[in-house]
Amino acid sequence: MSTNRIARRSLMLGGAGVLGAPLVAGAQAPAVKLGILQPVTGALSQDGEYGRLGAELAIAEINAGGGIRALGGARIETVFGDARSNPEGGVAEVEKMQAEGVTAIVGGFASPICLAASQAASRYDLPYVVDVGVSDQIVSRGLSNTFRFGPGFGVVTQTALDNLVALNDAAGKPSRTVVIVHEDGLFGSGMARLLNTELPKRGFEVLETIAHPTPARDMNNVALRIRSLRPDLVIPSSYYAEFVLLSRTMQQQRIRPKGIYCVLNGAASNYRFVREFPDAANLVMDCNHWPDPRKPRTAELRRAVEAQNRFWLYNVPLNYSAVMLVADALERAGRNDRAALTTALAATDGAFTKHIMPYGPTRFVNGQNQAGAPVNTQVQGGDIKVIFPRDFADAQPVYPVTG
Amino acid sequence: MLNGLLTGAVYGLVALGLTLVYGVLHIINFAHGALLTAAMYAAYVARASFGVDPYVAALPLAALFFGVGYLVQRLVIGPASRGKDENILLVTLGLSIIIENLMLAVFRSDTRSIDVPYAMEVIEFGPALLSYPRVIGFGATILVGIALFVLMRFTATGKAIRAVAKERTGAALVGIDVAHIYAVTFGIGTACLAISAALLLPSFYVSPRVGNAFVLVAFTIVVLGGMGSVVGALVGGLVIGVVESLSGLYLGESLGQIGIFLIFILVLLVRPTGLFGARA
Repeated sequence: MSTNRIARRSLMLGGAGVLGAPLVAGAQAPAVKLGILQPVTGALSQDGEYGRLGAELAIAEINAGGGIRALGGARIETVFGDARSNPEGGVAEVEKMQAEGVTAIVGGFASPICLAASQAASRYDLPYVVDVGVSDQIVSRGLSNTFRFGPGFGVVTQTALDNLVALNDAAGKPSRTVVIVHEDGLFGSGMARLLNTELPKRGFEVLETIAHPTPARDMNNVALRIRSLRPDLVIPSSYYAEFVLLSRTMQQQRIRPKGIYCVLNGAASNYRFVREFPDAANLVMDCNHWPDPRKPRTAELRRAVEAQNRFWLYNVPLNYSAVMLVADALERAGRNDRAALTTALAATDGAFTKHIMPYGPTRFVNGQNQAGAPVNTQVQGGDIKVIFPRDFADAQPVYPVTG
Repeated sequence: MLNGLLTGAVYGLVALGLTLVYGVLHIINFAHGALLTAAMYAAYVARASFGVDPYVAALPLAALFFGVGYLVQRLVIGPASRGKDENILLVTLGLSIIIENLMLAVFRSDTRSIDVPYAMEVIEFGPALLSYPRVIGFGATILVGIALFVLMRFTATGKAIRAVAKERTGAALVGIDVAHIYAVTFGIGTACLAISAALLLPSFYVSPRVGNAFVLVAFTIVVLGGMGSVVGALVGGLVIGVVESLSGLYLGESLGQIGIFLIFILVLLVRPTGLFGARA
């Protein structure tokens, strides 16, 4: 009887020990503090919110999967910072994150924020992974702490132009003249300069380049100018609200070019725009960040986002992938240490597969992932379809647009 | 030019409330943009949740926001500022932060718009295509301006407002409830914002900071038109709209904003009290 009782007690204690072991182990492994920097207030708050959502989904998945195994199952603890849609806000948050002892920072969204925040982080040898910021300046300053998993606007523009030529040639070259509309910040102006240099080399004539401020109150002037120039193509590079205004005003002014071919446009790859303005959005093309539709995790993540009553924006997969990149580097570094993490990030290779972007094997040169590439999308029948690259396109392009 | 007039009319309406509040209460209302945002969200909810057209919602919203403005002045700005200008600045700035963050918490950061059947309809005026919402906005602004002018000129409330604006102590001595008139004026200013919001929504978007896109231009119009002048706000709005449109056309959209400040400086050099401001 007594033996039985002891045995039962031992069994219960043993069982509790086995069940409690991961908790104890988890408690023992100190959490890795990861800075998530996004502009969640101010003009860019919509993008910032979706960026945060992508990062949070990745962190939740990592923690639910047992944390960072190489660090004894260490959980990732988010240290969130609001960049308030300006570079100064970004820098202030980097300083706070430094004081909090983060191991790395992910995010920034806009190029000016990424430029300033990564520079501030470099003073502390703090690894900084850019989520979206596309200015090529971000990875051309020789900062060893700065990494960008996605493509910069040099690559995006190159791809956009190659695909535009392929599209136009396949349709019998219906378009020759172009009007470029861009936001007047770092991203839009840099993009417009590149387009102005490259489009004439490919047989297009740029009739005019129109810059607009963000936020813009009115797009009637821009639309009227486009109407008077009668271009075959309109190429806009703006943030969400401005493109929505522009496309609606173009529709009002009955401007019907042969194509609206966006480059890194905030709205053309945004389901909110497609749902709210199906007519204005229909057949708009975009060359932008977009997840790989062939990967099962892409569909799962999209379902998770839509289950929260949110739209599927590219900020989500980009931030999800950027956090996964940091987690992968921590596994390889085996230490919760900034220098080791920087070395591991720089050494990322094709073995990193937990991202959901349509990229080849990851390889960083001067902090830029050489495999980062955009895709071309087109709004068709209330959905966003991939039209380039052909090997994973789920629709044929509709071009030129008629009627 | 036409485009500028249509845009300027709505600017003028946004500025109307500001000029009224400044003219009577001498309040530089930093919460003006945030209140416009709140009104735009109210018009958005009316449409998105209840299917009410923003133009139909304009008058009920004006009544609702009159009440909001009245209470804000009576319960928050008045008591908290204790009549000191520097306190008023801080209180209205604080209010704007609270309202913006409240909108952010409730509606999140998504940029939202409504789709109404007439949004893409246009009126052909020679070679110009004028969209319905902008033409309606222009007409409604003129009507509101006339109504406000009549209210200020011919009604007892208007006379009381003008009396308080001119001589607060004197008005109190002849039995005018100054605190009540202050709150009524703030309420009227906020009601103007509600109408502006309803007029803007069919052709614009709403986000937690959308009011800021209009508030700087509204302040410029108030000073340009003459502080406290209803007619000045309307004419100033039209002038700014046309200048912005023309300078945008000739200098480029980004540089077009310079035109606003050039004309602003020019008018103040020639007429420091603004176009319709009372001489000192």
